[in-house]
Amino acid sequence: MATYRELLAQVKTEIDEISSIEAHERLESSDGSIFVDVRESDEWDEGHIPGAIYTGRGRLEQRIEGLVPDKARPLVVYCSAGSRSAFSAKVLEELGYSNVVNLAGGFSDWKRNGFEVTMPRVLSPEQRARYSRHLLIPEVGEEGQQRLLDARVLLVGAGGLGSPASLYLAAAGVGTLGIVDADVVDESNLQRQVVHSTDRLGEPKVESAKRTLEALNPDVSVVPYQERLTSENVDRILSEGWDAIVDGADNFPTRYLVNDASVWHGIPVVHGSIFRFEGQVTLFHPGVGPCYRCLFPQPPPPELAPSCAEGGVLGVLPGIIGSIQANETLKHILHRGDSLAGRLLLFDALGTTLDEVVVRRNPDCPVCGDSPTITEYIDYVEFCNAPVHL
Amino acid sequence: MPAVRIPPTLRADVGGARELEAEGSTVAEVIEDLIERYPPLAGQLLQDGELAPFVNVYVGGEDVRTRDGLDTEVRNGDQLILLPAMAGGS
Repeated sequence: MATYRELLAQVKTEIDEISSIEAHERLESSDGSIFVDVRESDEWDEGHIPGAIYTGRGRLEQRIEGLVPDKARPLVVYCSAGSRSAFSAKVLEELGYSNVVNLAGGFSDWKRNGFEVTMPRVLSPEQRARYSRHLLIPEVGEEGQQRLLDARVLLVGAGGLGSPASLYLAAAGVGTLGIVDADVVDESNLQRQVVHSTDRLGEPKVESAKRTLEALNPDVSVVPYQERLTSENVDRILSEGWDAIVDGADNFPTRYLVNDASVWHGIPVVHGSIFRFEGQVTLFHPGVGPCYRCLFPQPPPPELAPSCAEGGVLGVLPGIIGSIQANETLKHILHRGDSLAGRLLLFDALGTTLDEVVVRRNPDCPVCGDSPTITEYIDYVEFCNAPVHL
Repeated sequence: MPAVRIPPTLRADVGGARELEAEGSTVAEVIEDLIERYPPLAGQLLQDGELAPFVNVYVGGEDVRTRDGLDTEVRNGDQLILLPAMAGGS
């Protein structure tokens, strides 16, 4: 029976090895080599070779064919000193990988040479517990959760649509939520604006939402903008690096302002609107699909716009539409699924029906078309006699 | 007979109906029939004889402006969706 040392020596005669310097040359030349890290996960967490894939030696045989289906692909296998990876290289050859080398001296030698190391950001044990149901979904996983934590989403309006959207985005761990709303919490809001509560009456909505959302998830930082979005402040607010805007405004002037600004700043808008029992939701993605002005080039004249006073809305409706907005926002951040760009969903709460119509980019669109005719912000007149709130 | 889906913002003008049947083999004829029965719709749907820029009409899920506009053909059993812009969000 061979000892460990004899077995290792035997295996090393059966595999090819390269030095750290040769491995570094491969990495620099981008020759298609894949670096496979077979150390324990806590070793990986303390740093690894840039671009390497992690399997861990224990699950190498199980996982490698999923990670590298092409068995002719050059593989550089490494561990900390080159011994565990020697056995791994041998196993990979037995699995049919034809171009496998072991990194002699392992990651320790790589670091001794001063070559670059990637420090993976890892979720804390609390985050692993909190987001465990996300981590179980392959479409999200740890990488997706990190994306969500890094993401910045601006909500226009902390009202009917902004309430459910912000709650679900915060719960999902979207790291930074900006909220624009000039209003204070009123009793008539509480039938649907679930981010607020009775003890917040009279409190600015952005502060009330900040308290609720940061209490829901300490990973979330809420940036409050207690102001009405105008042509004066829209560039300042939109230039703060947002990945997406959730439009939950309640008036046409703000809708068109958000649209024009988002096109010029190149920020996707997850659009939702509601009236009584019906809601509309879509994604306006500049450069990819249509914008709001492709759908409706201009607002209706004030005398034809539905009166705000006679509006009214079933309380749960913004819950449904705002949740679809949150879903679209998460998909956009995760780069997953089929987006709503170019599709307008029409939800009818009375019939419980969901219809879909096609929205195409209009080459003659005054803002995102080939020859734009609108090049600066338009302050449309207010549509209601009553003060308009976001 | 084509069915026309009436959006909530226009229901007050048609006595509260969510859907109406209308006569016509083109979008123009269907709208004409609706306006004849419900005159307040005229100002909501048309502007200078054309579709108003703040309202969309879909036949088979496609915006008629991307087809033949008011001349777009409508068959029996088709569903027309009238869709004026609506801004509510709070």
